[in-house]
Amino acid sequence: METTIFYIFAIVILIFSVLAVTSRRILRAAVYFLFVLLAVAGLFFLLSFNFLAAVQLTVYAGGIIVLFIFSIMLTSQVNDKLEPIAAKKIIFSLLAAIAGAVVCISAIMTYRFSEPKNIEVDAGMKTIGKYLLSYGENGYALPFEVISLLLLASLIGAIMIAKRDNT
Amino acid sequence: MIENIGIEKFVILSTLMFFIGVYGFLVRKNLITILISVEIILNSVNINFVAFNKYLYPENLQGQFFALFIIAIAATEASVAIAIFVTLYRRIKMIDVENVNKMKY
Repeated sequence: METTIFYIFAIVILIFSVLAVTSRRILRAAVYFLFVLLAVAGLFFLLSFNFLAAVQLTVYAGGIIVLFIFSIMLTSQVNDKLEPIAAKKIIFSLLAAIAGAVVCISAIMTYRFSEPKNIEVDAGMKTIGKYLLSYGENGYALPFEVISLLLLASLIGAIMIAKRDNT
Repeated sequence: MIENIGIEKFVILSTLMFFIGVYGFLVRKNLITILISVEIILNSVNINFVAFNKYLYPENLQGQFFALFIIAIAATEASVAIAIFVTLYRRIKMIDVENVNKMKY
């Protein structure tokens, strides 16, 4: 059962990410990207990382997609089609991407991963909260604070950049 | 852990997704679609982190925390980038990469 669900999610991710990078209508590309994000969140649920999947759904599917769609609405007509790409560019980009993928996948296929451990982990909200604010071993207080500072900085930066200057 | 699904399948899935993102990054001209490709790349990395965490090091939750931090960084990056795009569109009425060198003036 879980195996089939994994394959369904994998196929959805691959198909919609290809569509998201090739679609000639920007709004449709954003919607295809939304489906990719939903499928990735499904994979996280499948691996029982519930909190991470919920964050993925709220921050990505809820926040970033809305931001994208707003910016698309602000910067282009909805019915606009992107101009077609030169065949030469497509061929060379495809070549680069396929070459990279072949190298990586052959490396993965030949590498022997160590035996997976079957330990049930407690990835609930309580543990995550404790780890994020502890500064002992396996504590993530410093990265947490750095991220909060980064969020504040980008908030101010985005306001400053997008502000209409009257000078 | 999922039966019959090894870690290789997750890693291969994320590799394919990564290179689809790279292809989009190289081929696209519109800045917003380039940003979508970058976000696809970030998501593929997240899948990798989570799969390695689940399969190889399940006693700690490092993969999950780094995936969380990556999501936060992706959000900040998208917000600043979109602010730049909107300003750029206001100035030169276009957001194709060829025209972005006008940002200097």
